[in-house]
Amino acid sequence: MELHELTVLRALDALRSREVSSVELTEAYLRRIESLDHTLGAYLTVTAARARSDARRADELRRRGDDAPLLGVPVALKDIFCTNGIETTCGSRILKGFVPPYDATVATRLAEAGAVLLGKTNMDEFAMGSSTENSAFQSTRNPWDLARVPGGSSGGSAAAVAAGLAAASLGTDTGGSIRQPAALCGVVGFKPTYGRVSRYGMIAFASSLDQAGPFTRTVADCALVLGVIAGHDPSDSTALPDPVPDYQASADGELRGLHVGVPDEYFVAGMEPGVERAVRGALDTLTELGADVRPVSMPHTSYALAAYYLIAPAEASANLARYDGVKYGYRAPNANTTLDAYLRTRGEGFGPEVKRRIMLGTYALSSGYYDAYYVKAQKIRTLIKADFDRAFESFDVLVAPTSPTVAFPLGAKTADPLAMYLSDVCTLPVSLAGLPGLNVPCGLADEMPVGLQIIGPALGEETVLRVGAAYERASAWQPRIPEI
Amino acid sequence: MAISREEVEHVAFLARLGLTEEETTRLQEQLSTILDYMRTINEVDTSEIPPTAQVIPLRNVMRPDEPRPSLPVEQILANAPDREDNHFRVPPVLD
Repeated sequence: MELHELTVLRALDALRSREVSSVELTEAYLRRIESLDHTLGAYLTVTAARARSDARRADELRRRGDDAPLLGVPVALKDIFCTNGIETTCGSRILKGFVPPYDATVATRLAEAGAVLLGKTNMDEFAMGSSTENSAFQSTRNPWDLARVPGGSSGGSAAAVAAGLAAASLGTDTGGSIRQPAALCGVVGFKPTYGRVSRYGMIAFASSLDQAGPFTRTVADCALVLGVIAGHDPSDSTALPDPVPDYQASADGELRGLHVGVPDEYFVAGMEPGVERAVRGALDTLTELGADVRPVSMPHTSYALAAYYLIAPAEASANLARYDGVKYGYRAPNANTTLDAYLRTRGEGFGPEVKRRIMLGTYALSSGYYDAYYVKAQKIRTLIKADFDRAFESFDVLVAPTSPTVAFPLGAKTADPLAMYLSDVCTLPVSLAGLPGLNVPCGLADEMPVGLQIIGPALGEETVLRVGAAYERASAWQPRIPEI
Repeated sequence: MAISREEVEHVAFLARLGLTEEETTRLQEQLSTILDYMRTINEVDTSEIPPTAQVIPLRNVMRPDEPRPSLPVEQILANAPDREDNHFRVPPVLD
């Protein structure tokens, strides 16, 4: 087995037994990035010098007896996380050249756990998109088929892990931006409960929905990385104070007697037959493992898309007001007045999808439309959350498809914003309710990966991981890196 | 219900987004289509339903108000498009 094929846990075994050093592991990843990423486009910035110094330090610490949870493991960060001294663009021209003077809390926690930073990954501009084609800088390609998208918005982080260009990575998920690209790239991706992971230093899109989480090749790796990044943070008052359980321990355990609900409404019209077949097959596996699998109805599911695409753009239109060309980032040259500078800076600095969302959000919040759109959407959000509350009275977890389709060709949906929004139809309701959602690969359709979404109640990460790990052990799917 | 060109221009100005003529035309079409779809939520009677702004049970998270160092001024100004002494420099606010 080659070094880049090692899971995080196997890499740690090899590091602990001194079979391999972090420097060797890191150089293997840097060589692979060097030879493949011009084709794949997963990284916006490769921090080779930082990675080498992190790796040397990790090896030195290990020689001195340190065994931090990720000591010496090479990882990547979505370019939405601020990194001290390293350019952070959020995929936007308006932040080109922005070098944050501080680290996001998750970046600090990964560093304290001994992880090696390989670089910053590509994303849809300000995390708005489902294909990573809205990046101002480059498209990322799906490692399983270079003519297809990796999903989005965390497409770079998903593709990097899928292609063996990082052992693990972090992404963010506002409406599906971890789960959907994980599904389309055939990797594990977890959006934890809203507030489980600090948002400090994570560039804001929709603050009531944004949540960070890991991409890995196995559920056990996911449990390890989540344990490192989760927990309270004095710098984010919405980071939940609840103690962080031992997620690795909770990922062990069987499913006998577990109540699994399957929401009918997630098997939407337009779902590809191959996707449905793979997901139904996974449900059979859960039954064989002793779970009690039954259908459940979530009657307001079909309204989630409309509610989400009013609430998230409304919050975004407020959050993105800070990009005014005064304090950091791009400023249009030769403006005569401050107002002219604002209009031109934002007109030239933002891409088409970001403008569309700012317009939609501003419209929904504007006088005369606020009640009809924004407040109405918030009331729908109440009903969607109530659907979940009711379902979790009878079920321990809910299981559904992550995406109704496999990865689509580059360019297939760029001209039709609404078609692109529909890619997230199975992940949006979970986001509106703030619940944990895990994507686990569950097979192939047309030789492209299909994802199973496991949804838990608030702070139900342990049960979700247990179901994911049990499924992964029993399923025919073996984590593998496609030939590129 | 289509959104008018004037509405698109008004909302763009509220958001301080300078749009080209072509962008305004395209956004008028796209926003009309998207808002048509959004109106599906009007099928649901929500007269008795309270709105949800956020989903976590936290209220008024307090911490001791203790002084601590801020980031150095030079580091903050390092990203500024334009500066003068210890200030951000901007074009005139008034004509």
